[in-house]
Amino acid sequence: MARRAVPISLSTGAGGAVAALVLAVIALPLGAVLLRADASSGLGPADWAAVRFTIWQALLSAALSVGLAIPVARALARRDFPGRRALIALMGAPFILPVIVAVLGLLAVFGRQGGISAALRLFGLPELEIYGWQGVVLAHVFFNLPLAVRLILQGWLAIPAERFRLAATLGFSARDIARHIERPMLRNVAPGAFLVIFLISTTSFAVALTLGGGPRATTVELAIYQAFLFEFDLGRAALLGLVQVGICVVAGALVIGVARPNLAAGTGLDQPVRRWDAQTSGARVFDGVMIAAAAAFLLLPLLAVVLRGAGAIPGLPPGVWMAALRSVLLSLATAVLAVGLALPMAILIARGRARGLLEVIGALSIAVSPLVIGTGLFLILRPVISPTAAALPITGLVNALAALPFVLRALVPGIEQAEAGYGRLALSLGLSGRQYLRHVLLPRLRRPLGLGAGLAAALAMGDLGVITLFAAPQQGTLPLEMYRLMGAYRTDDAAGAALLLLLLSLGVFWVFDRGGRLNAAT
Amino acid sequence: MLRLEGISLGFDGFTLVADLEVPRGTRLAVLGASGSGKTTLLSVVAGFLAPDHGRILMDGVDVTEAPVPARPLSVLFQEGNLFPHLSAFDNVALGLRPDLRLDEETRSRVEEALSQVGLAAVSGRRPGALSGGQRSRVALARLLLRNKPLALLDEPFAALDPGLRAEMMTLLAELCDATGLTLVMVSHDLRDAERLCDALILMQDGHIVTRGTMADLTANPPDALMPWR
Repeated sequence: MARRAVPISLSTGAGGAVAALVLAVIALPLGAVLLRADASSGLGPADWAAVRFTIWQALLSAALSVGLAIPVARALARRDFPGRRALIALMGAPFILPVIVAVLGLLAVFGRQGGISAALRLFGLPELEIYGWQGVVLAHVFFNLPLAVRLILQGWLAIPAERFRLAATLGFSARDIARHIERPMLRNVAPGAFLVIFLISTTSFAVALTLGGGPRATTVELAIYQAFLFEFDLGRAALLGLVQVGICVVAGALVIGVARPNLAAGTGLDQPVRRWDAQTSGARVFDGVMIAAAAAFLLLPLLAVVLRGAGAIPGLPPGVWMAALRSVLLSLATAVLAVGLALPMAILIARGRARGLLEVIGALSIAVSPLVIGTGLFLILRPVISPTAAALPITGLVNALAALPFVLRALVPGIEQAEAGYGRLALSLGLSGRQYLRHVLLPRLRRPLGLGAGLAAALAMGDLGVITLFAAPQQGTLPLEMYRLMGAYRTDDAAGAALLLLLLSLGVFWVFDRGGRLNAAT
Repeated sequence: MLRLEGISLGFDGFTLVADLEVPRGTRLAVLGASGSGKTTLLSVVAGFLAPDHGRILMDGVDVTEAPVPARPLSVLFQEGNLFPHLSAFDNVALGLRPDLRLDEETRSRVEEALSQVGLAAVSGRRPGALSGGQRSRVALARLLLRNKPLALLDEPFAALDPGLRAEMMTLLAELCDATGLTLVMVSHDLRDAERLCDALILMQDGHIVTRGTMADLTANPPDALMPWR
């Protein structure tokens, strides 16, 4: 394909330099992990158990998420009702929802003191046990069911309306429609959704930290953390880090090989499909139950966080407020860093220069999880400075790398569109370098820049990953402070901190996203 | 064959108003600019949209409230007439058996329909392996096989090049002559309409503004039809 005639002086060098920097910041820690890995004794029984559990729980989480998402997505695809758009928008919220907040909400609903256990006690039935594998899987389904619904809903709404009309004229039954229209779509969409969720679930650390643990519910990432913090066995932590990279690379290769689902799914989901086979009362009731159950599953934990936390915020100890301040500063710095790294790379990708290589570099942080990068950075920095002293900068850097694939995904289409529309005009006017950035690109990138910065800020705000390896007690972020409060059974303070964290995460996302939309050029 | 009595349908600031009679065996062209209401009219007849007022009669039977599958008609759309995962043979067979449980008699009828449109040799291919013209022929074969008295065509050949389109029109005219099919075809090309149809209505802003036989309208074209010539 011919390259576009666009001003080439801008960012070509900067993009290459940034890509090299990103590669170095990921590859060097990975190299340190590789060198430090103690393969002499191999993996012990507990390590193998962690590998098995990581894969098993990820498979189960993905299967349940996709399996439950199919009827929910179908119901959303073929029903129109007040609040439909809001519910679909809510399906995007778990992406920016701090894991630890969701866990507290799930505990409030599904825990021993939660509403469901209370109802079971009334009927003399045993309470729910949320700690262990079932809690890990439940939390993963909570986070990934909405993603699966959105991906599958996108597939459903991509079916041409004529096909359902044709089915109606040909007298298709619901079974015929499932066979000739729905299943072929699901065969295309569901494997991709399954593998993406499988990949996400293999790298989920905070869920396993808070709800898992013990010999039967320890993931590889949790095992790294335990080897690191409890045993200070850096060789074993590094070896487990390599195992984790292996799992992610295989899962990532499967995602790329089998399907490339649209993770930005969300646009164009507002129009339901007219279906002539879904007018029976049975179908209506079934769809209504599916929609209500999905909404309750997502909303009740959040509602519990709000209700329990509202009264506790005024009495939060000063340490929580200081942690909140650190988190806000960290999330802002992460957003700036993530966008600063992504923009030059995205320009280069949009221009098609070494696109494949740059996309792989941009997505490396999916294969090499933040905890593994953090372990490597710890190994590199330890002989030079106290890793604790660099806890916040390292956390910001690792979070920016973790957000990079999503920020790139937001920016690249916008740049391609701007350059296709205005590149030649800019060239004819002699705009290049900063002028080109200022007059052509940035005005047209306000929306994706806002979205990308919002995602990065929210992800950093809620992160409970690499900070756990580095932070000293007095320099924790808000998620870490909340985790400590939960561990100390200070439930009111934890509930207040959870609500504060929820508000801050949604707040930083809203500020950036809204800011990008204001006066955005099209 | 088809009669629309006092039909009206309003949505999003647009209102369709139609009174129309289409005798059996007529090949009626529905001409009009984009947004004039051609496809809406077809959708009302097919049952995809329910009119706010009025009656739809087919062979004297009121089908206004009848569900889509109960109406004696077939539809060809501009796109999406074929299922991409099925062979040409199966796509045609769907017209008789949506569950594709085919006995020998059904199989031979499908083969015969494919032969009629000249596609016997490629019946095992999926739509992705067929040309645009062949895909249109597969859809036509299914329409023939279903043997419904009324066919609604929503610009099904618009994506074909002019040569192929003319070829399809000729084939369709031959099939109509052979079967006595009543046809209502949406188009925005008067030449296509002249090639195939013997009657015409022109739509503007949801209303039928001109109607008549093709011979009359061609001999004495009204002012409204002049821009289409």
